[in-house]
Amino acid sequence: MSIFEALSFPFFQRALIAGLAIAVMAGLLGVFVVQRRLSFLGDGLAHAAFGGMGIGAFVIVSADLVGSRVGFINHPILIALPFSMLAAVVIAWLRRGTRLSSDTAIGVSFAVSVALGVLLFSLIPPDANLGVSAMDLLFGSILGVRATDLWLIVGVAVLAAALLLGLWGRLGYATFDDELARADSLNTDRLELVLFLVAAVIIAVSASVVGIILMAAYLVIPAAAARLLARTLAQMTVLAVGLGLVSTVAGLAISFYLDVPSGATIVLTQAALFVPAAVFGRR
Amino acid sequence: MIDATRRPPPSVPALHVHHVSLRYGDASILEDVSFDLPAGEFLAIVGPNGAGKSTLVKVALGLKAPQKGHAMIFGRPAGEQPKRVGYVPQLKTFDRTFPATAEELVVTGLRRSWPARVRGAEAEQAQAALERVGAGALARRPLARLSGGELQRAYLARALVRKPELVMLDEPATGVDFLAEHDLYDLLESYQSDTGATVVMVTHDLSAARYHASQVLVLNRRVHGYGAPEVVLCDECLEAAFGHRHHAHAISV
Repeated sequence: MSIFEALSFPFFQRALIAGLAIAVMAGLLGVFVVQRRLSFLGDGLAHAAFGGMGIGAFVIVSADLVGSRVGFINHPILIALPFSMLAAVVIAWLRRGTRLSSDTAIGVSFAVSVALGVLLFSLIPPDANLGVSAMDLLFGSILGVRATDLWLIVGVAVLAAALLLGLWGRLGYATFDDELARADSLNTDRLELVLFLVAAVIIAVSASVVGIILMAAYLVIPAAAARLLARTLAQMTVLAVGLGLVSTVAGLAISFYLDVPSGATIVLTQAALFVPAAVFGRR
Repeated sequence: MIDATRRPPPSVPALHVHHVSLRYGDASILEDVSFDLPAGEFLAIVGPNGAGKSTLVKVALGLKAPQKGHAMIFGRPAGEQPKRVGYVPQLKTFDRTFPATAEELVVTGLRRSWPARVRGAEAEQAQAALERVGAGALARRPLARLSGGELQRAYLARALVRKPELVMLDEPATGVDFLAEHDLYDLLESYQSDTGATVVMVTHDLSAARYHASQVLVLNRRVHGYGAPEVVLCDECLEAAFGHRHHAHAISV
């Protein structure tokens, strides 16, 4: 079967659309994550999503909502989203309001979230039939994207992209020099909080598709490669999104032909694009 | 009918600092600092390291909130009129990984946001501002490739592009060579002469304060002297602020 024949299958179409939507979101967000030296943030929030999914799964099983006909009510993402946003608020507060550095603040959130997720998933019976498992969350299941998942991913992608593009200029200014931006009356604390909240939503929605473990790579590698090639922030943004889109298509195709996990091939494709950027990019 | 765009009358000071006190925990940074700077003056703020000079500038800009007192710029609370103020921060180690050109940095002075694309009129204004500071050839050069002196010129161009009525500079000569420092003071005086703007400059250079400023504030947490340089840069004021007389021999009053 050729890749073009595979595209006729709905599951592959959903995988491709979900992957492209995630590439756009991650590219736009990744520019600011990389320039603000918050590469660990992707890991932190992805693991917060894991903890949130654990809480959501536990609540659904405990309340006997498995198999409910009411839309998303039987999906742990309903709990994972606000939990991830809460983690983002806590990280932002620890960074700005205490003496803790960014990596410490993220590390604390990371550890607590993982512990919660492991604990709560261990309490869920194996036959609960939730439609999502801890292993799927850790390693991703892009080919398992359901129609309802796809609506959520595309919807978040449209809203997140609109918000990030609308705030791009102010975020860029605050990222370049926080003090200079504040002297021009920009509320950089609020901007950073919005950035973290958007990151939490993007990562929570994307992590269940690409995997908690690989989520940080989606944020960092395309933006890092773009930085090596770009002269301006605008060029970096366009390149980060472009590299994400190309690696998604190529990675899915490679995983199809080699019959290997798609999340991993997408990330390895990103890495393959990063290497020439590092070697031949701007100094 | 009141013309809301009319500027405050000349009697309104460019900078009004009223009993400002600021502490970080147990450490007192500023103690009951008060002064009025009339419009059109060139104020040099001098004092030893840790005297609170930079902190005072940040209070004036609305970047730091004092525990007591307040600051006003042209009769309005600090931070309310960013367009009337051009700020040149200390040339600290800036992020050289940030992809930016000198032109883009200057345009932030017009837009107050980062430009995705520098458009025609903005490009002309940015170029004119860079040429004014002797950096016209640097417009498209990446900031990471600029020397300390060139970067300082780019920041100064950014501050001046909006034609501010008040220019605030925090140790602008740090990290620049003697010739660039000389050019800097000439530029400031030229801008002030052309526009009647007010200049506030934090400096360690007592000679520069003596020769370029019309008013000097000697600060070491408290005000130890405020007024004309030939009056304020005296042995007694400097000894009170710096703790010893030896600084005085470096200047002639």
